[in-house]
Amino acid sequence: MVAAPRSTYSCVWGWVVSIDLLALVGAMLTIATPLVWAGIGEVVVERTGILNLGIEGTMYLGAFIGFLAALRTGSPWLGLLAAVVSGVVAGLAMALLTVTLGLNQHVSGLGLTLFLIAVCEFTFRLLYAGERPTLEQKFHTLLPGVAVLNQHWLTYVAFLVLAPAAWWVLRSTGMGYRLHAVGENFEAADVAGISVAATRYVALMVGSALMTVGGAFLTLAVLGSYTLDIINGRGWVCIALVIFAQWRVWPTVFGALIFAVTDALQLQLAITTAFGSIPRELMLALPYLAVITALAVWGRKVRYPGSYLRAYRRG
Amino acid sequence: MHRQPRRAPRPHPTVRRRFAVLAGIAVLSLVAACGGATGESTSNGDDGGKDSDLPLIYGVFATPLEEPWDGAIHAALESAVEDGVIEYKHVDNVSTSDAMERALRDIATNEQPDAIIGDAFAAEEAVRKVAAEFPDIPFAFGSGEKPAGPNLSVFDNWLQDPAYLAGMLAGGLTKSDTVGVVGAMPIPEVNRIVNAFVLGVKETNPEVTVKVSFINTFFDPAAAKQAAQAHVSAGADVLFAERDGVIAAAEEADVPVIGMMVDQLEEAPGHVATSLIWHMRPTVDAVVEQVENGPEAVDLGEYSFMNVDGSELAPLNMDVVGGIPDDLATRLEDVEKSIRDGSFTTPVDESALAGSIDVSEL
Repeated sequence: MVAAPRSTYSCVWGWVVSIDLLALVGAMLTIATPLVWAGIGEVVVERTGILNLGIEGTMYLGAFIGFLAALRTGSPWLGLLAAVVSGVVAGLAMALLTVTLGLNQHVSGLGLTLFLIAVCEFTFRLLYAGERPTLEQKFHTLLPGVAVLNQHWLTYVAFLVLAPAAWWVLRSTGMGYRLHAVGENFEAADVAGISVAATRYVALMVGSALMTVGGAFLTLAVLGSYTLDIINGRGWVCIALVIFAQWRVWPTVFGALIFAVTDALQLQLAITTAFGSIPRELMLALPYLAVITALAVWGRKVRYPGSYLRAYRRG
Repeated sequence: MHRQPRRAPRPHPTVRRRFAVLAGIAVLSLVAACGGATGESTSNGDDGGKDSDLPLIYGVFATPLEEPWDGAIHAALESAVEDGVIEYKHVDNVSTSDAMERALRDIATNEQPDAIIGDAFAAEEAVRKVAAEFPDIPFAFGSGEKPAGPNLSVFDNWLQDPAYLAGMLAGGLTKSDTVGVVGAMPIPEVNRIVNAFVLGVKETNPEVTVKVSFINTFFDPAAAKQAAQAHVSAGADVLFAERDGVIAAAEEADVPVIGMMVDQLEEAPGHVATSLIWHMRPTVDAVVEQVENGPEAVDLGEYSFMNVDGSELAPLNMDVVGGIPDDLATRLEDVEKSIRDGSFTTPVDESALAGSIDVSEL
């Protein structure tokens, strides 16, 4: 039942005509949006030397709390607000573990992720066992029917407001310098009068709030519903992107776009006659292979922040 | 951010102790939450004990109940409870093979169930091992393998009948002669549903190209939606949502969509044309019969066929976007009748699917 390509020529031709370039770019922007929100959130956190492996659970929390609040209030705006608040709380929890208690960042982050996902799934079961609730009101795309520009406002904000703002704040403001100083050399930062703990607390709260927006984007804008596993590893992709980007904003956005465009491309190619007979597993692995390749090429001479993974203790 | 006033060089010992207590509480609540989400046994009987003459059926599920497959089994068992046929307890998210083995042995030993129902796809060996240790208890498990004597019966979601009818509907509705399908992964039980769907499409419209994508996971509705949007940009104007997420794409593209496992009409009343529904209840009743007559090792798959009400196509939503022509609905009714009376048997084909299928070449 596989319609075999008749010749190499028709194969290549089939490949060319089957790509809808505008749809490809549109899909790329949508797929990249949660990665940009959460990735920039992770950049903010990691700039202070804290690896937040709680990102997957924090995105999950944002997706769930956003959905729950929107479902209960009927307003996606209140859902988004609730998601942001939950992100601040998740950031506080991570800060309590890694800054105040000085616990191992890997263990704290993974523990937070496991904890948050379990809490969300448990709460969802308690409230909606056996039901499949959907939102009455979700965020709609702007400019429906217009190719490429038919995106959610959260996508526009991610690329046009969040990324430039984060770049500017990290590069040119006192706040950005403080984050950087704490991340590179927290003893020196402390001597210079910067509170290491306060800086890390703020970075974790702000960064985690951005992560929850990334998660809530999926439930409040893309889907209007919630299912288990909704984040499905997007947080881990962000961790890789941030290392690839060497803790810089624009390379993180660029990495997210590479991942997204590869994903969008494989979705289109997998249903063409010419590529339909290539093993699907290979097609599905393409975006991940792209990120790994990018890491291998650009991530080799990564210089980690000086205080990466370390808790600060005066003494 | 303002500069914080300097604090004492080290937190006071009691402060640190207080934090340790807080951390302890956090860890405890973590354990409690995980326990709740992963291994809660709840009884739907009066007080959970086996205090009546009704047989106690124990459900042991590898995934959370929110997974539609195990959700369908769970729903059927709950309906049997409501009808006063059984008592029912369950545990879900028994996700690893060794956890499945321990859970089954523990339940078979300590709960004295009259039968155990569950899914064995992720733990075939463990289920077979424990079933052999308790030959007096009927085990009925969702499985891609054969039954094993004396007491392990198998079942599966044999939805080729409603899938064929849904395919007929899709073939009749498409105007662009392109239909998009988004499935979980290319495994036999998904393949046979999609293959039957493709055959049904050909029945009403031999000009169609069916495009098939998989997301390679059971849950990633955002990815499924993107896959569906790729179908739409490739020209599809009817979608089949084997997975969650596709309906959202159909709504945005304003095209009809066919749902799966339960009637998904409520999720998008203007766009869900119908849904394939799996009824596990006939299978459950067959297991209850084994409780009365002694365990057997049989393939219960046929209890999911349409002619015994094990599956159905949800009532057509005539108000769906674009509408459904009356003669198409009549044609579906006729084929459904011949499936039910046995004059037509939907072919079962579990072979892998191409990404783009020209049905005229079948």
